Amino acid sequence: MLYRRMRFPNVWEEMNQMQREMERLASAFAPYRRSGYPVAFPAVNVWTSEQGHVLTAELPGMNPDDIHIDVTGDTLTLSGERKPEDLKEGAEYHRQERGYGKFSRTIQLDFPVEVSKVEAKLEKGVLTVSLPRAEADKPKKIVVKAS
Amino acid sequence: MEKQIEVTKENAVQPETVERTRDRRVFVPQADIIANADHYFVVADIPGADEKSVEISLEKNVLTITATVEPNRPEGYSLGYAEYGIGDYQRSFVLSDEIDRSKIEAIVRNGVLYLHLPKAEEAQARKIAVKAG
Repeated sequence: MLYRRMRFPNVWEEMNQMQREMERLASAFAPYRRSGYPVAFPAVNVWTSEQGHVLTAELPGMNPDDIHIDVTGDTLTLSGERKPEDLKEGAEYHRQERGYGKFSRTIQLDFPVEVSKVEAKLEKGVLTVSLPRAEADKPKKIVVKAS
Repeated sequence: MEKQIEVTKENAVQPETVERTRDRRVFVPQADIIANADHYFVVADIPGADEKSVEISLEKNVLTITATVEPNRPEGYSLGYAEYGIGDYQRSFVLSDEIDRSKIEAIVRNGVLYLHLPKAEEAQARKIAVKAG
């Protein structure tokens, strides 16, 4: 039985593996024009310190009223809607790259947040949410006593 | 189903002989271009830039939009998770009609550049009607 397996290896599996290997090599040499992979909208950056998080997101062309932020414990949900430009009569799109529509995404944070102290501002199309860490969750120094 | 919005910042490709003086990442802003008989309307997403940092130039028929962004790092924090990069914006378009330079209007609001480019009246008049024979 062992002998037979050795003589007839699974050809397709072998070929699949070869193809994956080739793709991996090809992608290593292909010059990427894009800086990253498409991510959920909006793209967020999360800054971290012992005192809390600062979350930033690029939301150009949105009014503060159209952005909703919900924080419970250690999850943050960002939702809203970006509306399209009003087209005048006789106008046509030469190109349309900016996306429109509703969005919602939930982000898991590293620690629970003091919900009452969460602040958010929208400046130049960049949303900044400061999320202070819950007092109860902050690390505490423990003094070692000599006996 | 809801329409999925996808945003990926694209790195700007510079001609190899030209280098920027600022050592910063440069992105291509996503733009909508809307046109009708007498004007162009360009809408570009430039989050992080404001009216002071946007430069618009029109040389011959090449429109170039440049915006600089000052990185805003919260003090005492380190970037733990990143989905987007921060950098300047640059993009050029070739316009097929002449523009009335005196009437160009640009507004930056909430990180979006709205550029109104009225076509020159001579250009509108010079259009040659092509008839089917």
